[in-house]
Amino acid sequence: MLRLDCLRTIYPELEKSIVISIMGAVAAELQSLGHRENFFYLQHAMGLASSTGLGLALAVPNQEIIVLDGDGSLLMNLGTLSTMARYAPKNLLHIVFDNESLLSVGGFPTATGTGADLEGIARASGIRRAQTVRSCEEFAAAVRQALAANELATIIAKVEATGPAKYVTDLALLENRFQFARYVRSVARR
Amino acid sequence: MPVSVANSKIVYGALKECGVEIMSALPETWLVHLIRMADEDPEMTLVRLAKEEEGVGISAGAHFAGVKSAMLMQNHGFLAAINGIVSFAHLYKIPLLMLISYRGTHGERDPWQTQGGNVTEPVLRALGIPYTFLDSPGSAARRIRQAQTLAESSLQPVALLLMRDLMWEE
Repeated sequence: MLRLDCLRTIYPELEKSIVISIMGAVAAELQSLGHRENFFYLQHAMGLASSTGLGLALAVPNQEIIVLDGDGSLLMNLGTLSTMARYAPKNLLHIVFDNESLLSVGGFPTATGTGADLEGIARASGIRRAQTVRSCEEFAAAVRQALAANELATIIAKVEATGPAKYVTDLALLENRFQFARYVRSVARR
Repeated sequence: MPVSVANSKIVYGALKECGVEIMSALPETWLVHLIRMADEDPEMTLVRLAKEEEGVGISAGAHFAGVKSAMLMQNHGFLAAINGIVSFAHLYKIPLLMLISYRGTHGERDPWQTQGGNVTEPVLRALGIPYTFLDSPGSAARRIRQAQTLAESSLQPVALLLMRDLMWEE
């Protein structure tokens, strides 16, 4: 399963949500499908995309927040799962693209390739709706069901360790950041 | 426990006056009353963290939504949050109001706090983070307001060091 195909199948859902993406391949592939002002790409600070999603979910309860995370990033901040579970905002969907690799820095294998089970860790951290998917159809169904269920969910999507040819796009970090904040403030209702 | 309730109230009241609605925290002896006050306040969203660096993400998310936030941590927690501060708050110009209990300085009895005490200010200076001290009840509220104002106008992290003279009664 390719991450790009996964992103394509849920693009209609992403269009309607506030989206936080991690750096590297995920950010570049999402932009290749079409940048929107409601997409924020956290191009560094590995591990904090999910924490940012939690902050947004608590600050903007009337909007759906979707975090696009990765195995390498999540492994750097596993505590985030217990913090998300503790507050369990209904409007937070946490998607983890697990390619068992630190792809953007040369493809070094992560611990999910040697047995670390992110779904199990999420569940044991207190996230009740945690699921691993291996096909695009399964992925799209899991995302739509999680959004309809209106509860915190973590979906682990097992994807191939391949990405785009390059990661730098023509969208400046601060341009993205200010455009995104303006969008969020325009739709926020506490 | 001789942590000052009266001075904790002054600090908490000043944060509320600034419009802080979300507070992230990791427990620390000097912070116990502040965290309890946040927990008991129906207007405050308290986010109890596993590690302080998560608080950078929480505050960034809140800021994107136009909601004011504060971070409560110990100085060792500040040291644990540095990559988030640099690679998120500095890189993306995110205001952070960091209240840091300054352990390991003059009067410290716990040997394990002392190394962190030695490096806290040098690290703040190395990171270019403006900081000041909360060391007396008379000036604490004003300094909190000033720090919050600077964080919002400069879009950067600002630190307030909670001092023994303010937080501890012996």
